Amino acid sequence: MTTSTGPTVVGFPRRTPEEPLPLSQYASHRAQSGLVLSHLPNGVPIWLVTRHEDVRAVLTHPKISANPDNEGFPNVGETMGVPKQEQIPGWFVGLDSPEHDRFRKVLIPEFTVRRVRELRPSIERIVDERIDAMLAAGDRADLIGDFALPVPSLVISSLLGVPPADRDFFESRTRTLVAIRTSTDEERATATRELLRYINRLIAIKEKWPGDDLISRLLATGQLTGQELSGVLLLLLIAGHETTANNIGLGVVTLLTNPQWIGNERLVEELLRLHSVADMVALRVAVDDVEIAGQLIRKGEGIVPLLAAANHDTEVFACPHAFDPERSERRHVAFGYGVHQCLGQNLVRVEMEIAYRKLFERVPTLELAVPLDELAFKYDGILFGLHELPVRW
Amino acid sequence: MRVTVDSERCVGAGQCALNAPEVFDQDDDGIVTLLVQEPGAADAEGVLAAADLCPSGSITVHED
Repeated sequence: MTTSTGPTVVGFPRRTPEEPLPLSQYASHRAQSGLVLSHLPNGVPIWLVTRHEDVRAVLTHPKISANPDNEGFPNVGETMGVPKQEQIPGWFVGLDSPEHDRFRKVLIPEFTVRRVRELRPSIERIVDERIDAMLAAGDRADLIGDFALPVPSLVISSLLGVPPADRDFFESRTRTLVAIRTSTDEERATATRELLRYINRLIAIKEKWPGDDLISRLLATGQLTGQELSGVLLLLLIAGHETTANNIGLGVVTLLTNPQWIGNERLVEELLRLHSVADMVALRVAVDDVEIAGQLIRKGEGIVPLLAAANHDTEVFACPHAFDPERSERRHVAFGYGVHQCLGQNLVRVEMEIAYRKLFERVPTLELAVPLDELAFKYDGILFGLHELPVRW
Repeated sequence: MRVTVDSERCVGAGQCALNAPEVFDQDDDGIVTLLVQEPGAADAEGVLAAADLCPSGSITVHED
């Protein structure tokens, strides 16, 4: 049933220096009945979904699609430097069930809680080496460029079985993809091509000489074509890189400003909720007429579930803007919800936990090298995070 | 408290194995397996969290 007065029309969510995550805009949207109508920067109308309950409903609805090939799929413009999703076979975040499930099922064994636990020693080694390098270089660093970005890239390289000699190449290309502010579209397209070429070469090597790594195991399943496999690998690389780096960077800022919580065993979960770096990543389109929160959404209308808005919904989280690792409510949707919920979530959790633990243990005098209000937040990217994080010790 | 799981729906997010490791595990394919069908009071909180956090609705808790 539609509301008789019609939906409230609001501006597209905007991050500003005053509010790097637009939480007050979200709070006012949540207070409206039903859903609010907004417009993409290109003028196309879309539905914003801001309540926790409604975000979960959208992300599990069988008639709401994640496939960007469907007419009306919201195009938010910037796509993290990735070529158009439909051009890459194996880009299964853009597929619906059942097509999606074939890819996910092949990958699940690589990211189980147990498998990720086995990766701990190698993640600890990677984190230690980055801290060694930072300490050796002086008494200050850019924690994003020198730590938060290289750590997940090196973890993914090691997971995929990238030989150590090639990790610098791998890291530099993934870094170009992330540098939305300083790299051109052309540079990012080139980096993507070079990475795909490298991935294809790596696949060919693993076909001949299988090892104890993800690529060799995926090849052994025989479930994916060569093209699908390289698309899947590029997706793992991109999905797990900047997102993790943003979480590490923002988490360090929050912990430096709330030092009483350093060492708390539940802080990772609360940081994931609080920062919700993938706020606007879970874009959808209705493929039939559906009803969410009493609002009729017509077939072909775009839907933008806002994960940060859901994670700051006062109906679910008391004092949602407060950083409180001891809060009892754990139902955040920072990794999304439904069949597309982040495949690598358990890996991210462990990377974050090890990163904070090692950083604060080994660099106990770590502090911000600029005032809080001068931090360079990402205002225009699809992900929430920091461009740089100057620190000293 | 009785628990059932639907392995066909499972998407392997691992929330159950993380929150109630005494009751849920992931098999070699990463799919949910039930270790205990009728968990005791000590595991109740973890089981309820797992059921609520499961992104695919694969876990059902029966209060019978």
